[in-house]
Amino acid sequence: MELILDILNTLTLPEFYFAMFRSATPVLLTTLGAIIASRSGSSNIALEGTMLMSAFTGVVVSAFTQNAWIGLLGAMITGFLMSNILAYFALKLKSNIIISGIALNTFASGGTIFFLYLITGEKGASTSLHSLKLPSINLPIIEDIPVVGQILSGHHVLTYIALILVVVVWAMFKYTRLGMHIRAVGESPEAMESVGVSVKKIKYIALSLSGILAGMGGAFLSMGYVGLFSSGMTAGRGYIALATQAIAAGNAIVGLFTSLLFGFCESLSNYLQGASIPLQFVQLMPYLMITIAYTCYCSHKHKQKLKKQRLMQGE
Amino acid sequence: MSRKGSKNNINSFALLRLMVAILIAVGITVAIIFSISKEPNAAIYNLFLGPLQSKRHFFNVLESSIPLIFTGLALSIVFKSGNFSMIADGALYMGGAIAAAIAIKFALPVGIHPIVMILAAAVVGAVIGSIPAILKVKYHANELVTSLMLNNVFFFLGIYLVNKYLIDRNAGTFASLKYEATSSLGNMVSGTKLHYGFLIAIAVAILLYILVYKTKFGYEIRLVGSNSEFAKHAGINIGKVIILTQMLAGAIAGIGGAVEQAGMYNRFNWQDSPSYAWDGVIITILAGNNPKFVPIAAFFLGYIRVGADLMSRRSDVQNELVAIVQAVLILFITAERFLAVVKQRQESKKALSSYGE
Repeated sequence: MELILDILNTLTLPEFYFAMFRSATPVLLTTLGAIIASRSGSSNIALEGTMLMSAFTGVVVSAFTQNAWIGLLGAMITGFLMSNILAYFALKLKSNIIISGIALNTFASGGTIFFLYLITGEKGASTSLHSLKLPSINLPIIEDIPVVGQILSGHHVLTYIALILVVVVWAMFKYTRLGMHIRAVGESPEAMESVGVSVKKIKYIALSLSGILAGMGGAFLSMGYVGLFSSGMTAGRGYIALATQAIAAGNAIVGLFTSLLFGFCESLSNYLQGASIPLQFVQLMPYLMITIAYTCYCSHKHKQKLKKQRLMQGE
Repeated sequence: MSRKGSKNNINSFALLRLMVAILIAVGITVAIIFSISKEPNAAIYNLFLGPLQSKRHFFNVLESSIPLIFTGLALSIVFKSGNFSMIADGALYMGGAIAAAIAIKFALPVGIHPIVMILAAAVVGAVIGSIPAILKVKYHANELVTSLMLNNVFFFLGIYLVNKYLIDRNAGTFASLKYEATSSLGNMVSGTKLHYGFLIAIAVAILLYILVYKTKFGYEIRLVGSNSEFAKHAGINIGKVIILTQMLAGAIAGIGGAVEQAGMYNRFNWQDSPSYAWDGVIITILAGNNPKFVPIAAFFLGYIRVGADLMSRRSDVQNELVAIVQAVLILFITAERFLAVVKQRQESKKALSSYGE
């Protein structure tokens, strides 16, 4: 009972919804990347490691150049490189893309600690590096609206970029040649090959884009509110993006909502940490909710498929 | 006759690829060490030969390979059945936590106590392992996605159980109360930490090899993995095979967690989930998903791990270097088209020679 009151109380706070957008941002950027990869027919499980490597490079580059934007660029280039290594092994050398992805994640989780130690002499966090953060932005006019302003204004610049990219990715699939090629390659690669489009090239491009987006997601973690890199700081967010992507079924707008669902759960769990339920239940809730949502979606999709098949047979 | 010949050729090609991959990994390792270290010779010496310097270090390799054998075996049958569940991670963690609970709360006779711990962990592991499989078979949810999410769920659940029922408030850090002395698996070789869990690991490997290669169920696992369309037409209940395989894998991972706790620890202090399940990936790949070779692959990884620990203690190179080596190995061993030129030459030579016959 007390718990329900706690939850209801939390849900009336504008700060809670602000936090929801903040928690959703890294997952949203990576979800968009996962959507592009999966539309081209590749599942990029290396997104987890890509985020981690990018979070690390973002901090290091910004510390050495003393320019947060060059740091962001470094993170994006790292994302590009990681996904190109994956693409090279999966597409050119015909490795299993999941296993290669696991290899890259292993590389990232140990490699970031290894290089962090080389640079700072520490293994836990980049506290001794003077790295920079990207700025937050107040939206004119909107910031003055009560409640709405509190929720939507004052976010990190990458949060707004992520929201814009939702529309960009959605429009890319709907209106551009590249988007249509990516979709076609994912759905029927043989047909695309037969009309003279290089399937491999399109898949390379799709994976590269997914890496760059995950790189931005990683940069948000280490150059957003925290302003430092700590080992394992992605904490499975790249994997979560795979689940939110799957529920979104390739649609960037739906991807926004599935990412916000995760943001909702995570910020709720942050708010409930002092509440009457054990901390660990609060911590496991986002993962459990996403699992349930994903399973419901898969079950629903399968039923629809069966229905369609039955209709086709009925004709 | 000719079929046997071609099979040998493929095997020798796989072996060549394995050797070249190891050479590349060694090359990259040495290059990294030389470019960053002020004492590269000490680093390289300890990494590659450190474990052979003393009896204790050599047995460290055997001890550290025990949990790796279990996770390698668990993943080998999951991969063999064509699935990619990583739930071994959650199963191992919860297996360890349950074993800890039994080690603290019960006083049982020596010998019986660890067996009860292991059996309980096997049951818990089997239940956990079955979840992604059931979600896949019943609701068509991808097992990789659900297992990755559920690993976090079970990790926090394990922490909760330990925190609520087993924690030692006076320990200062996250640690459970001390285990009853009877819970120990017992020392196998005096003067070392090697415990009887090693024999259990080897026994499980042998049993699993027999199951996969000598029984009807094993045949079904392999068929579902290599050609599920054909398996379906052959009347195999694919859903049942998938669920049973992942239950078995979960049970093996759970046993791994219990054996590690009963063999190496006297309190539960896994504040982070140990990465054994992820290490299991490289082990089963090195072993070609064959349980027979899993202990050898685990020994290999254990050897580098112990070598790397010695390296980081005695030189300025950190042991996380192993993660980089591991990634390079996985990437090159699984790259089917890597060294394809050699394979083509081999095949064309064979074709020419058979033409001559």
